[in-house]
Amino acid sequence: MSDKILMKGNEAIAEAAIIAGCRHYFGYPITPQTEIAAYMAKKMPKIGGTFLQAESEIAAINMVYGVASAGKRVMTSSSSPGVSLKGEGLSYLAGSDLPSLIVNVQRGGPGLGGIQPSQSDYFQSTRGGGHGDYHMIVLAPASVQEMAELTVKGFELADTYRMTSMILADGTMGQMMEPVNLDLDVKPAHEKPWATTGTQMAREHNIVNSLSLVPEELEELNFKRYDRYKVIEENETMFEEYKVEDADIVLAAFGIAARVSKNAVDEARKMGIKAGLIRPITLWPFPKAPFKAAAEHAKAFISVELNMGQMIEDVILATESKCPVTLCNRAGGMIPDPKQVLNSIIEVNGGMK
Amino acid sequence: MAVVFDKPHALIDVPLHYCPGCTHGIVHRLVAEVIDELGIEGKTIGIAPVGCSVMAYNYFNCDMIEAAHGRAPAVATGVKRADPENHIVFTYQGDGDLASIGMAETVHAAARNENITVIFINNAIYGMTGGQMAPTSLVGQVTQTSPYGRDPKACGYPIKVCEMLSELVGPEYLERVTVNNVKNIRAAKKAIKKAFQNQIDGKGFSLVEVVSSCPTNWGMTPKQALDWIDSDMLPYYPLGVYKDRSAEQKEAE
Amino acid sequence: MNMAKLTFKTDNCKGCSLCVYACPKGILQIATDKINKKGHHPAECIDMEKCIGCASCAMMCPDCIIKVER
Repeated sequence: MSDKILMKGNEAIAEAAIIAGCRHYFGYPITPQTEIAAYMAKKMPKIGGTFLQAESEIAAINMVYGVASAGKRVMTSSSSPGVSLKGEGLSYLAGSDLPSLIVNVQRGGPGLGGIQPSQSDYFQSTRGGGHGDYHMIVLAPASVQEMAELTVKGFELADTYRMTSMILADGTMGQMMEPVNLDLDVKPAHEKPWATTGTQMAREHNIVNSLSLVPEELEELNFKRYDRYKVIEENETMFEEYKVEDADIVLAAFGIAARVSKNAVDEARKMGIKAGLIRPITLWPFPKAPFKAAAEHAKAFISVELNMGQMIEDVILATESKCPVTLCNRAGGMIPDPKQVLNSIIEVNGGMK
Repeated sequence: MAVVFDKPHALIDVPLHYCPGCTHGIVHRLVAEVIDELGIEGKTIGIAPVGCSVMAYNYFNCDMIEAAHGRAPAVATGVKRADPENHIVFTYQGDGDLASIGMAETVHAAARNENITVIFINNAIYGMTGGQMAPTSLVGQVTQTSPYGRDPKACGYPIKVCEMLSELVGPEYLERVTVNNVKNIRAAKKAIKKAFQNQIDGKGFSLVEVVSSCPTNWGMTPKQALDWIDSDMLPYYPLGVYKDRSAEQKEAE
Repeated sequence: MNMAKLTFKTDNCKGCSLCVYACPKGILQIATDKINKKGHHPAECIDMEKCIGCASCAMMCPDCIIKVER
């Protein structure tokens, strides 16, 4: 079963979700992620699942909230403006400690923005996306294969830690076609004794709720949630390092920007510049350790992003200001090409010495 | 002597937080009585709204979910579809929740004929936040945010939810009742029971609008408030069945 | 002979008096000389002999504090 299938990134997410046992999908059409909804609309009725086109993004995320309350794997997907609408639901999911998977195939913003690829929802995703103190696990695939694998991983992490996992992709990743191996390893689902599935008159009633009017109790809930986040930071951080060991110039990039950056690293090496790349796979928790370690030998860092400079703030924090960090970016749906990144490396290196 | 009336099992034996004379308590009890009589407590999941009845999850013995403001029908859709054969799902929503911020969710759940039961409390005011104008506040009604009386030129006319939804092809059953006297309470219970039975029978979206009182924010005694339902609310919100597809089909046959 | 019996969960009473108006026999009142744990004057029956056990009071009570036996 290791045959590879040629698939769009969006379709790989949808198929991987089904493989992970997700039988409930709620969505609303928005470019550039609509293939996920279309795929689910085709597949779900044939496997006894639910596909429902909701009346709004707000309704879709609340339908997710309902299925998650009943203890089943559930997902929704959207693109940037739609994810803003889901913000309310994301906060309630966090406040009620419900597991779910949300996909954001980003497009340029703010506002209605455009429909071309972007990474400008980095802040929104890594800082929670809605009101209140909370995080989501944010996974950033850089290939169609990873779109599939991180979808399965996202469901598992969500169940383990009772929180939302977000796949943060972009229009390129969603539309790009690559061969995928769908022989994915899926762990058995967790027991969910907290779920509201009916008491069967055999237990006390379960309550799924995010309201807590006693400040001491609400503070305690927040403390406990952040204790859990600490465990996630320690155990679930994922990243890829490329030629970082001896690098003078270390690039930081995720998703499509990381693929472009890898090319630029190779080109720089050909010119004799020791460049490397750290590619965060979890954007939250952010992989601080490899950046801190690289800052011991690197001369400078460059954050390569499809936005006006968002992840760069985490790079500065993670490198503890030991090295200069500069930005190499395009925005509004534009993608930096390897040449732009290479020029940035040369410039930071102080020329081709 | 036999017990002829006592607290239903589906209602938890704790004091309710509602103001003296608030009819929320009556409707809670009716829902619980119906759950008892239909023997569905073990498979029922209730969805509480945002508003005065936000803490309804503390009062019902069945599993409960607290939803975001206005989103209860969407949450109910999710819970129902998670296990349509085994979940009985009801939402309990006020007028701000159901007819203002959550109108889209209400209309679309009705249009889909989602197989859920909706208990809609219309007391023409926002109670929890201290008495602001609701989508169902009457013309001329004085509230904190309509201090000179609701002026339709500035804020339009109150929404008649049952009449509006009855224009949809989707929903199975829509009835407006009230609980301002014993006779009306009996009729309200009958409607609520039907709304749950419809779900058990797989008939679809059933909504019971309960014209209710809010003595505190109406600035009345509990008794005056019940009388005001008769004198002012019911002329604008007439009681009755606004849609009953099964009955209509039977009649047509 | 006493036909019916009412039992009040007096401490949960909020003194709203809806039961008083509902009673067809006029045998309920708000006890202005008593105060319950919540600080309300609770409802009470002043002539249980006349109670017919119709449960109108219990049906009207928003706080479900009245148990009726007959």
